Amino acid sequence: MSDTATAKNPGDVFRRNLWTNNPIFMQVLGICSALAVTNLLTNTLIMTIGVVFVTGMSSLTVSILKSLMPRKVRMIVQTLIIAFYVIIVDLVLKAYLPTVSKSLGPYVGLIITNCIIMGRAEAFAQSNGPILSFWDGITSGMGYMGVLLAIAFVRELLGFGALFGYHVMPAGFVPWIIMVMPPSAFFILGVVIWIGKAILNKQGELA
Amino acid sequence: MTPVISPFSLFFASIFTSNILLANFLGMCSFISISKDMKSSNGLGLAVVVVLTVTTGVNWAVLHLILIPLGLVYLRFIVFIIVIAAVVQMLEMIIDRVSQTLYMSLGIFLPLITVNCAILGVSLFMEIRNYSFIQSIIFGLGSGLGWWLAIMLLSAMRKKIEKAPVPAGLQGSGITMITIGFMAMAFMGFSGMLQVQ
Repeated sequence: MSDTATAKNPGDVFRRNLWTNNPIFMQVLGICSALAVTNLLTNTLIMTIGVVFVTGMSSLTVSILKSLMPRKVRMIVQTLIIAFYVIIVDLVLKAYLPTVSKSLGPYVGLIITNCIIMGRAEAFAQSNGPILSFWDGITSGMGYMGVLLAIAFVRELLGFGALFGYHVMPAGFVPWIIMVMPPSAFFILGVVIWIGKAILNKQGELA
Repeated sequence: MTPVISPFSLFFASIFTSNILLANFLGMCSFISISKDMKSSNGLGLAVVVVLTVTTGVNWAVLHLILIPLGLVYLRFIVFIIVIAAVVQMLEMIIDRVSQTLYMSLGIFLPLITVNCAILGVSLFMEIRNYSFIQSIIFGLGSGLGWWLAIMLLSAMRKKIEKAPVPAGLQGSGITMITIGFMAMAFMGFSGMLQVQ
């Protein structure tokens, strides 16, 4: 990504991570978990808050420890840092929200292999100060959260006729079964990527 | 949980009806980036089959023989990741010694696999669904084969799509997602036969 190196002040970082270089529709990173949890808004919200926390904290930690890490083993050290924060998220969910934790199943653990977190640690936190790295991690997570919530909104609304578990559609509404099935996740993500890129094309932001 | 599933139906289900990629969305990152090229897809697919089978078995042993008796199950994420990294490293060394040609075709893909979510995902599913050792191995093998099948199909389709007129914003990742969606629908057709959750 060409502008990764140039964006240095918090405002630029914010704008880039949320929009012009959004992790999902521009970089196509981290979609493994993006698709699996998006059939219910509540699950998506909790999952993405977890991702924001892990991305922010691991970017911060990697940035603080960057001078202590030998280059050869930095990948495994980064993975362990990420795994450490994911375990915290997993334990908190198990303790306070057991039902959500059950329905997210393995996808909480899979935050570890979410490429966004590793990508931010590697591309940004390695070469920037702790505060800015933390901010970069948080905003990347938020870019991810925005897209996921948009997908989950469509899927839950059409698949269950509900939002956050509350029925909002009129009584005669027939749920679209396909929306809760895996294929619809791919279709909606494809359309989201299309809309995002089309707008960016218009604005001339794509090089 | 589900009653005891026969090994054969588990094998079949993990390839077709609950394909690790199309039904559980695991291993998408490398799937999208590698599937541009058929030859690399084949290599990566093969590597995934091998690594998945071995790591699922090893992780089962680690989980049931070490973590559960010691009450350290909450450490499983870290331990699984380390086991996967170690197994990949060892496989790389073994293949290097045993067959130079195989190393040439698989070698560059092995390090990529450590961060493939499919590998960790299968280990976590194995833990959540309480599989026995035999079931774990079969589940790992079947999931790997399913992943391989899916990436080969997609890379073949992407070859054709390259020549098709696609709207500007949809080019690249957009149209790929929609193609995968259609593939997932086709695979969903198998799910009437048997369902393993």
